[in-house]
Amino acid sequence: MPSWIKLVRRADVTRTTVIAVTAASFIFAFLLASIIFFWQGINPVAAYHDIFISAFGSLRGLYFTTLKAIPLLLCAVGLILVFKANVWNIGAEGQLLLGAVAAGWVALYALPNAPSFVVIPVMFILGAVAGAAWAAIPGFLKGKFNVNEIIVTLMMNYIAYKIVEYLIYGPWRGAGSWGYPITDEFPETAQLPLIPGTSIHYPTLVLAILSSLAMYFLLSRTKFGFEVKAVGYNVEAARYAGISFFKVCFVTMLISGALAGIAGVGEVAGLHHRLIYPWSISSGYGFSAIIVAWLARLHPIAAIFMSFLLGGLFVGGYAIQVSMGLSYSVIHLFNGLILICLIASEILLNYQIVLPRGELKWQRLKS
Amino acid sequence: MLKLKLIEKEKSPKIEIGKARLLVEMRNIVKKFYRVVANDGISLSIYPGQIHALLGENGAGKSTLMNILYGVYRPDEGEIYVSGRKVSIKSPKDAMRLGIGMVHQHPRLVEALSVAENISLSLTDVGVFASPRVIKPRIMELARKYGMKVNPDAKIWQLSYSERQRVELLRVLMQNAKVLILDEPTTMLTSSEKKELFSMLRKMASEGKAVIFITHKLEEALSVSDIITVLRKGRVAAQVAPEEVTVEELARLMLGYEMISTVKREPHRYDGVVLKVENLHVLGDAGVPMVKGVSFEVRQGEIFTICGVAGNGQRELVEAITGLRKVARGKVFFLGRDVTNTSPRLLADMGVAHIPEDRIHVGIVPDMSVAENLALKKYRSPEFSTRFTVMYDKIYEWARSLIKQYSIIAPSEKIPAKHLSGGNIQRLILAREFSGEPRLMVAVNPTYGLDVAATNFILSKLLEAKKRGVAVLMISEDLEQALKVSDKIAVMYEGQLKGIFPVEEADIREIELMMVGVK
Repeated sequence: MPSWIKLVRRADVTRTTVIAVTAASFIFAFLLASIIFFWQGINPVAAYHDIFISAFGSLRGLYFTTLKAIPLLLCAVGLILVFKANVWNIGAEGQLLLGAVAAGWVALYALPNAPSFVVIPVMFILGAVAGAAWAAIPGFLKGKFNVNEIIVTLMMNYIAYKIVEYLIYGPWRGAGSWGYPITDEFPETAQLPLIPGTSIHYPTLVLAILSSLAMYFLLSRTKFGFEVKAVGYNVEAARYAGISFFKVCFVTMLISGALAGIAGVGEVAGLHHRLIYPWSISSGYGFSAIIVAWLARLHPIAAIFMSFLLGGLFVGGYAIQVSMGLSYSVIHLFNGLILICLIASEILLNYQIVLPRGELKWQRLKS
Repeated sequence: MLKLKLIEKEKSPKIEIGKARLLVEMRNIVKKFYRVVANDGISLSIYPGQIHALLGENGAGKSTLMNILYGVYRPDEGEIYVSGRKVSIKSPKDAMRLGIGMVHQHPRLVEALSVAENISLSLTDVGVFASPRVIKPRIMELARKYGMKVNPDAKIWQLSYSERQRVELLRVLMQNAKVLILDEPTTMLTSSEKKELFSMLRKMASEGKAVIFITHKLEEALSVSDIITVLRKGRVAAQVAPEEVTVEELARLMLGYEMISTVKREPHRYDGVVLKVENLHVLGDAGVPMVKGVSFEVRQGEIFTICGVAGNGQRELVEAITGLRKVARGKVFFLGRDVTNTSPRLLADMGVAHIPEDRIHVGIVPDMSVAENLALKKYRSPEFSTRFTVMYDKIYEWARSLIKQYSIIAPSEKIPAKHLSGGNIQRLILAREFSGEPRLMVAVNPTYGLDVAATNFILSKLLEAKKRGVAVLMISEDLEQALKVSDKIAVMYEGQLKGIFPVEEADIREIELMMVGVK
């Protein structure tokens, strides 16, 4: 770093600082992406305009954005909890898929003839249990034996992909699927109701919003929330205060996995109505939710807005694919850039850049 | 403010002190860290051949001022003159070029490298890759001259704290520094090591070097220096010669108020046994035995202090007693109940309080609020919680009263605890631990690094607790303090207790020898 740049520790980090730094890093990521657009011979201003209008500029765009925001929010809320405890669950993707598998089993094999008011709650409950069970393995290993949870959760994603693949190629392949690797369509009783005129499966949307409110309450008001914060900020002090690391690590993982599992139920019972190729079910929501959680700076209410923002970016990505002939992977590039900028901006939350001469002037003005 | 005097000293007769010989002059130095004014117009004159003590409480601005002189910080206002020439010191490199060297409180050395390699790293005239062989003779020569015992081939990780400090000192001397700044050099030294250091400094001064000695210990300032500059709240409170002031006067200058000498041991009247440790064996982090068969008892109303050089098993012993570490063999009894390998939570609820050694990393959660930290062990009690929720309003109210009662300086109970100063963090921990109305208080170096006011406060609270019948187990590296407040003293060396004395029978010399394993 050149010697004329100085980093000075901020006296206190205000909410305004957090918002400003987050917004700045978001914008900075867009500026970086502009270089790619230029390189592809596309006017970045036009591209961003298209992205924004297609995602938020029309009711239709908003429906699609909402559809994307639902799983993102559910996964992100769970991730906020584990991240607060300083436990790194990178496996929301796999937990989501396990939730989808559970929903498929309930809809097609366990309760194919039961009425909606039975099937739907059972799907959500078993989906949550399946996601939680998938997360329980790394949670237990981390809590008891301090096994690296990043590696375990990440690797278990691939196992989850393979489980879904096995089912749709093997025992669950649909009778009426013309040989495609998909299951039969869920019976209508197992399809989530939609907001009329849209494809938004509102039970999942309601669950997602409720989960974020509940998470806010959990973190800010409950004994368990207190313990999560203590463990996350200083595990040594928490141990010294008699707070069980195992309990915090294991339970946060269970909750996080359960929420991802619910997201999986929503995707298959609300949108696809069958189990399909695993990547098409999860669409990387489990990974993108990490970005949502960080964009929200681990605040569950802020996550509502951030999931819509990122959901919009997905929709916009599809749109410019069509209108400008860009590859959809541009959106993944966006995601990557945003995450890198967010992580890099972390230092600016605690430190302030000052140029020595500027600092002097600024202080004189103040005094 | 006391009368300002510039004193001419007799101790170094060879050097005549006058304007012409002024080595360093700092004029009207101002340094602000945003809202905090660390230095508020400080002027300081440094003469060759003098040991200049810079005395002040934590936060008085001593280290800031010296970091400015050493080029770590740049002043907002003010000027620095070296040998009569105005200079701008932009980095420690500039400072070294001007003959200013600093020995930091925590030695900044590369652990894996040898003494000679570490020294050669900072020498500009031999180059980074110079063979240590070239500089070894120079190191030995310097060491001989000042009577230091040094092995230039030893790796830093093998050295004790005082040996590391000596390496730093040598490094500065090798750079031909004319001005030596020492930041709180005695904090971690035993009293014999202190004497050794002081005689080295005296020798350096007699050769015409200027020594600046940062300290908050009154006795040291009085015994070692030629002149004392007292800083208080970023300003010069006084400049005096040591023979012209008493300890009490100096304390008043430093604190701005009368030092209350409430810290006095009272005759014990202790009753039942609270803590009983029987033939305890505990393993350290590396799996090697660190506590090897320790047995002792602490009774109600007794302060029992275990003295020893850090790393002789004290940490493992305390962790085993407070439930943070597994006991390998032996037993721990609390109020007659076997509590060997009980969880820290259960022990805390039973009335075992613990002031940990590492305040910031163990004692508090820096990013949680002062109130949450005060409630770190109580948030789950029926007083402050329902079945699932924490009643924050009640915690805030209770925290406000504790903040007042323990004179914790905090603008609000809701600010993160990391914004508090060291002394206030310790008050916070003390407030929390005593609020549980403990039967046993385990305090590890409770006054380490604190200034006089905070030290007195902590000790007086411990003595108050003792009066109420609390059993206090203290771990201390500060023998003088231990002798002042304890009822019984034990010495720990290499995992064993080398003897337990009632304080009346304790002999400081003998104990010091035991601490280093000679006896």
